[in-house]
Amino acid sequence: MYSDKVMEHFKNPKNMGEMENPDAVAKVGNPACGDLMRVYIKVGEKDGEKYLEDISFKTFGCAAAIATSSVTTELVKGKTLEEAIKLTRDEVAEELGGLPKVKMHCSNLAASGLHRAIYEYKKQTDMEISPELEKKYKASEAALEKTEEKMDKK
Amino acid sequence: MKMSTKESDIIYVDNNATTPIDPDVYQEMKPYFKERYGNPNSLHAKGRESKQAVKIAREKVASLLNTETDEIVFTSCATESNNHAIKGIINKTKNNGKHIITTKTEHKSILNPLKYLEKHGYEVTYLDVDNKGYVDPEDLKNAIKKDTALVTIHYANNEIGTIQPIEKLAEITPNEIPFHTDAAQIPGKIEIDVKSLEIDLMTINGHKMYGPKGIGALWINKKTKITPLLHGGGQENNKRSGTENVPYIVGFGKAAEKASKTVKKESKKLTDMHTKILEEIPKKIDGAQVNGPIQNRLPGNANISFQGVEGEALVLRLEDKGIMASTGSACASETLDPSHVLIETGVPVELAHSSLRISVGRFNKKQDVDKIIEIVPEEVDRLRTISAV
Repeated sequence: MYSDKVMEHFKNPKNMGEMENPDAVAKVGNPACGDLMRVYIKVGEKDGEKYLEDISFKTFGCAAAIATSSVTTELVKGKTLEEAIKLTRDEVAEELGGLPKVKMHCSNLAASGLHRAIYEYKKQTDMEISPELEKKYKASEAALEKTEEKMDKK
Repeated sequence: MKMSTKESDIIYVDNNATTPIDPDVYQEMKPYFKERYGNPNSLHAKGRESKQAVKIAREKVASLLNTETDEIVFTSCATESNNHAIKGIINKTKNNGKHIITTKTEHKSILNPLKYLEKHGYEVTYLDVDNKGYVDPEDLKNAIKKDTALVTIHYANNEIGTIQPIEKLAEITPNEIPFHTDAAQIPGKIEIDVKSLEIDLMTINGHKMYGPKGIGALWINKKTKITPLLHGGGQENNKRSGTENVPYIVGFGKAAEKASKTVKKESKKLTDMHTKILEEIPKKIDGAQVNGPIQNRLPGNANISFQGVEGEALVLRLEDKGIMASTGSACASETLDPSHVLIETGVPVELAHSSLRISVGRFNKKQDVDKIIEIVPEEVDRLRTISAV
């Protein structure tokens, strides 16, 4: 079902765990399956540009959700915020050697968590937020609400 | 995914999904692939040899259920038996009855044929279950209508191990309404006597009792009228045409013979094992919840939810340690939805996503249970350290 790379990231996730004194934290959820993820980022500055100095995650989810969280942190660590915002779910899945069709939404969760964390950072530091990022944030907000509503259902 | 462990190191505890084939069953089947290949419907010696083998196997399966040989119809699996029972009965009664009664926690091979029939004008009552998975006999009584054509209620639940009060449910169903039970999980774990149950149809299959996959049976009471699911050469007493799958029927027969002999001893062994798992694991893990009943549970079945841990992730972590378990019904593993059985018993969605099913079987040893009790808490802890819940 899963590629060797997915299993490797699942068994030995990179950048896993809560970060001490992060610059921003974001929580995202997937209403399709109830997965929840928290992304922590620390932002640095190099040549006048903000970049992801450190990133970590915590995920409640299946093997695909954990693997996509792990690989996403690896893909964007050290990149500028603007570069990181451009990361797509297809790139996440591709990096893992593909995902089963039914699990493709997991790659969206990881990318969405990253985008949301960057949004939170930009908002806190009064940086300009592009309409594209604003749109992504609103979509993730609605998805999180639906997920929490679904998971609280008795 | 690569298997990281040798076969001898594997602790297989997914016996409710399928059982490994018993070596005696395998030996019995082997000649029927190569030397004894005759079509049981042929007149010559090769055909007669196969016909005799099918006859003996049918006797063994009939003996397991304490019934007559002409009441056993061989099918390809439990799904076929369940489809045959439902569609075959309603076809016979379609001018009179359009109403069927079942429960909300049946296997998909009951629920999906019923959904199909609903699209074709049938009405289905889905009975609720309580928080342990039991149907209230009063609810069945109240659901019966003048045009009820069939009642189908499973004997034991494959996920949470609830054993329904089938005798009582059948007793309150009027004689003129056929009563079917899906008993796929029962043989070899609980003694079966169809004559004492006041039922009309029962589904069993081979691969849940150490026989091969691809063979099942539908027990049909002589007085019950049913339309064949497959029409053709008239095999299986005109109820299921098609050349008999001789090697698998032979294997099924041997598995049934062994199940008849070992049921009492195995029932106790499996019950002791699942009881220990259900008692010890929650002691070691905070926020662990046992799903299903504690007493009178399907022998060998344990189902526990762990707060903050996703079921699939736990199953794959356990696989890495050589433990092959399940996150619920294997048939539902391609879907994202949590187990409908857990949801119907009132388990919150989050905990339903967090369930682990351990089903021990004939070939498990005491040491396997000890290892499970040691490893599961370790892996739950590990996943909790990365959980966002």
